Amino acid sequence: MNAIMPYVFPVLFALVIVALLPLVAGYIVLMERKVMADMQVRLGPMRVGPHGLLQPIADAVKLLLKEDIIPENADRLVFWGAPLISVTTAMLALAALPIGPFFQIADLNIGLLFILGISSLGIFGTVLGGWASNSHYSLLGALRSAAQLVSYETSAGMAIVGALLLAGTLSTRGIVQAQSDTGWWFIFVAPVGFFIYLVASIAETNRAPFDMPEAESELVAGYMTEYSGFRWALYFLAEYTNMIVVASIATTLFLGGWLRPFANTRALNFLDYLPPLLMVWVAGYCFRRTPKQPVAVQKMFMAAVGVLCIVLAGVLAMPLVAPAGSLLASSKAGIHGAFWFLFKVGAYIYVFMWLRFTFPRYRFDQLMRLGWQFLVPLSIVNVMGIGLGLALHRQLNWPNGLSLPLGNALTAVAAAYLLSAAEKHEHPRVGEEEEETPVHA
Amino acid sequence: MADRYNPAGANLETTVLGADEIILNMGPQHPSTHGVLRVKLRLDGEKVVGSECVIGYLHRGVEKIAEHRSYQQFAPYVDRMDYVAAVSNGLGYCEAVEKLLGAEAPPRARVIRTILTELQRIASHLFWLGTHALDIGALTPLFYCLREREEILKIFEKYCGARLTTHAFRIGGLQYEAYDELEKDVERFCKEFDKRVDEYEALLTENRIWVGRTKGIGILTTEAAIAMGVTGPVLRASGVQWDIRKAMPYAAYDQYEFSIPTGKNGDTYDRYLVRLEEMRQSRKICLQAIENIPPGPIMGKVGKVLKPPPGEVYHSIEAPKGELGYYIVSDGTTQPYRVRIRPPSLINLEALDQMIRGHLVADVVAVIGTLDIVLGEVDR
Repeated sequence: MNAIMPYVFPVLFALVIVALLPLVAGYIVLMERKVMADMQVRLGPMRVGPHGLLQPIADAVKLLLKEDIIPENADRLVFWGAPLISVTTAMLALAALPIGPFFQIADLNIGLLFILGISSLGIFGTVLGGWASNSHYSLLGALRSAAQLVSYETSAGMAIVGALLLAGTLSTRGIVQAQSDTGWWFIFVAPVGFFIYLVASIAETNRAPFDMPEAESELVAGYMTEYSGFRWALYFLAEYTNMIVVASIATTLFLGGWLRPFANTRALNFLDYLPPLLMVWVAGYCFRRTPKQPVAVQKMFMAAVGVLCIVLAGVLAMPLVAPAGSLLASSKAGIHGAFWFLFKVGAYIYVFMWLRFTFPRYRFDQLMRLGWQFLVPLSIVNVMGIGLGLALHRQLNWPNGLSLPLGNALTAVAAAYLLSAAEKHEHPRVGEEEEETPVHA
Repeated sequence: MADRYNPAGANLETTVLGADEIILNMGPQHPSTHGVLRVKLRLDGEKVVGSECVIGYLHRGVEKIAEHRSYQQFAPYVDRMDYVAAVSNGLGYCEAVEKLLGAEAPPRARVIRTILTELQRIASHLFWLGTHALDIGALTPLFYCLREREEILKIFEKYCGARLTTHAFRIGGLQYEAYDELEKDVERFCKEFDKRVDEYEALLTENRIWVGRTKGIGILTTEAAIAMGVTGPVLRASGVQWDIRKAMPYAAYDQYEFSIPTGKNGDTYDRYLVRLEEMRQSRKICLQAIENIPPGPIMGKVGKVLKPPPGEVYHSIEAPKGELGYYIVSDGTTQPYRVRIRPPSLINLEALDQMIRGHLVADVVAVIGTLDIVLGEVDR
């Protein structure tokens, strides 16, 4: 019995993640459509369920029932396997991420390295899928993907190294612990590193303004052009899982993981009441909208969502009102930790969406130039700056408050220099290209 | 190997491809070829080394139809050419037939025509801006542009009952008197619109990505623009100050003050700026026009059955996309002997090949967008 005990919870957690992830991905899509609609003076999905709440389920059913098409000249085996690679690697990466201090499948001592390694394998799914489709659009999409992911993995990795220097461990749990001990989230200690990771993670997940591989208006759907039905859904799932993964990494590394804002400041302990109150507010909104739903079923559904929110609020509030020392009170860290973690992941994904609906798309060569001529050098300088700050602190006993800002200032100067250099470089290039290809061919 | 669709002579079917080259077929079903344009691209990696446009997927034989309809019966057909700017199409046709008849629309009709045509220009440019931004990857401006366009379409609907293919004018003047609140509606729209254009500019004009995607892309030099015969904003962005509204005034344009914006570099960014400024100028014309709409009849003396004397006429107007010309030959019967239409979209599209050579695939959609073509007009 004791031999299997250590495996019970991880297996349980893994099952929960695999079972819930498609649903969560579906609701992120709904959230994206709602956010997009909000920014574009529209309502978004409103028909399936109240306020479109059942839309993800309808979409999933549609995708599962669609005809499964494999192009005639495709390499059937690779075509079949490529989406599986994408989705598997994306899900595997979730294994090492701590959703709250208790909910984690495996706390590996090489946690971050594992996540980085596994999620870079996901690119095989993209490249093989594009190649196996035997279509020009897919091939171009896959090639772009390969180049883009490799370039941005570099700067993302370097940005992560910066935070790792501060934490001194690769274990995801240890990283959050380090932020809890100092009381400073790494975003405040290494803001430039966070910025680099933000940009690189958008590029890595193929989101606009870096959605080159699937640039809709150019390559139709990039490497997914020939895919349909369930296989397409797998790619889609992989894409959104990857978003969750990069958001989770950013949350763990820079945003304090499961920690409440100002977790160490006792005067701000009232912030603990924020999660249940937020849930109550959502429930109140649902109840207020209930009578306005057009049909009885939708009214019931809306009320049920409200009740669900009340229940969640109750769960979140219980540890707060329970007597100190009881089991319920000690579960606070787990329950509230999960809430804050998911809340931060949601906020990070919201920033993704916000950027997507605001910016035009980069061109492929511009994207590569930004990656190699700006982000990669900047991320190296960032590592050096943080290293310098830490060295000054540890070797020369400078106070942290002086040495780390100095390191960041160095990085900021480098960023300004790189930007001005890129500006100078950009403009002559246009004329250069014009000479190469005379207008009258 | 020059054929008539490809004067540059790069016939893709018969050229031998280099080792690193592929031929990419773009369209006729592609999200950003603005309808059913088909472009065959010869690519070296992602660089365009040659291209060929295949058109005709939306050919409906509009010019041939004209030969079997009376002059009035043909008028609604021209709305279906550039369906994004139906009012302008109608204005060109009606004025061409009036010229053939030797008749003239009364002053009141001319002013109302001017107002509606300028509103149509704004609507067309808005639609262009939205779709062009969408092509370059900015999703949101489209919805803002359509919101403003909706206001214009509502004015059209109030005036003549139709929103898209309006058939707003008749040969000799107007069929409908302006509705009571026309001036108020136009004024309200114009007041709001100024702020809205500033909003679009805030989203795009200084945006690093937007500038990077449009500056230096699809350059058309002044000489090349004139040689290709392009017109409209495409020509003006190349630095030629040519606008038929000023050069050969029609309708009531000679009464109003407005300027012709021109560009310097002839690139996609300049064309964007020129069109934005044109929207502002159109707004200015509308505001001037509603101040003083002369009273009087709205229909000139043209009779019920139109029998123009034998002869021919060419009349062109400045449509939102460029010079829209009608060449009509009459044999003295009630039906035209021949109608030939000069569609600005088709002529502008011919410059596509030389504009995209040396650029990347992503720029092809940007250049197709910046030419502002409507396939209904290209193919007729």
